[in-house]
Amino acid sequence: MNLLNRLAEFQLDVLKEVGNIGAGHAATALSKLLDKPVEMQIPKVSMLPFEEIADSIGGSERIVIAIFLRVEGDAPGNLFFILSQDSANKLLENMVGLHIDTDGSYTEMELSALSEIGNILAGSYLSSLADLTNLNLSPTVPSLAIDMAGAVLSYGLIQFGQMGDHALLIDTKFLEGDHEVEGRFFLIPDPESFSKIFSSLGVPFE
Amino acid sequence: MIQDILVKVGMADLNVMADAGGILKTVGLGSCVGLTLYDNESKIAGMVHVMLPSSEIAREGDINLAKYADTSIPELIRRMALSGASTTRIVAKMAGGAQMFSFSGSNDSSMRIGPRNVESCKEMLKKFSIPLLAEDTGGNYGRTIEFYCSTGMLLIRTAQHGNKEV
Repeated sequence: MNLLNRLAEFQLDVLKEVGNIGAGHAATALSKLLDKPVEMQIPKVSMLPFEEIADSIGGSERIVIAIFLRVEGDAPGNLFFILSQDSANKLLENMVGLHIDTDGSYTEMELSALSEIGNILAGSYLSSLADLTNLNLSPTVPSLAIDMAGAVLSYGLIQFGQMGDHALLIDTKFLEGDHEVEGRFFLIPDPESFSKIFSSLGVPFE
Repeated sequence: MIQDILVKVGMADLNVMADAGGILKTVGLGSCVGLTLYDNESKIAGMVHVMLPSSEIAREGDINLAKYADTSIPELIRRMALSGASTTRIVAKMAGGAQMFSFSGSNDSSMRIGPRNVESCKEMLKKFSIPLLAEDTGGNYGRTIEFYCSTGMLLIRTAQHGNKEV
């Protein structure tokens, strides 16, 4: 799989900017929801072996809260919003005043709230991308899973799996002001989508 | 006391263990299937972490045999036979093939990848006349599996649905 080798430095910068704009809008949405400042880190764009993708969020077996949506339309791909359990608990406490038992189980109400938060954030990530690129990007209804990172993320690697053992990942991390809540966005465009993203932005490719 | 030998099998990877005190392990199975083959006499075991059902959809040049159900199972059998396992005694167990996320409205076939992986593995086992002794497949949750070569026991661990031995 040599997609990353074929991508020049400035094309990687374009993908970073894609992550920057998407996550920037999502961070603004989160900041409004929490009524607190939210910081964002510079996106990382990397071609990673499948194993290392889960390692970057604490290993395959680490339990994470993931909101996943499949992007359909002109440039299909997979979008994950990932929270640790601690972050999710803090988010629920701060935002909706739900007190969370620490046994790791969630009520229907809490799950529904998390799902909705993910929905809002992922929605704003994606709609800002659609505005930027003028591409038709339609998200599926987001789906929530609380499970092992490896099990959850492997779902987003199927399209890359047909081409090799690496996937290109646009990874953006953001932190709430006092660093109690930390969230990650993983955008994994399908391999065929890169040419569409680049051409929509007037960036030469191939 | 002799330490057990633990060998990890990564995603789209396979391994053979020819040590009777050995353990084969693969973590974070979602839609992927963890399949184990075992020859009880020689205590030789093999494990594969299958990611995709069929190599027909592959668009890579040199395919990774361990990734696809239809190529990994023959390869695992071949490697076990090389280590001295009898192909006529091999039996199978498997776990995984979950549907981690549920979608209404999407007709994308990749969303059904878990069940398709399971079906494809079963077809291959049938083709090689390998009996499937136990399976823990489907559902919407992830699994980590460990296979104990001394007993042929498969331990299945989950985040929210407890542990299981088969």
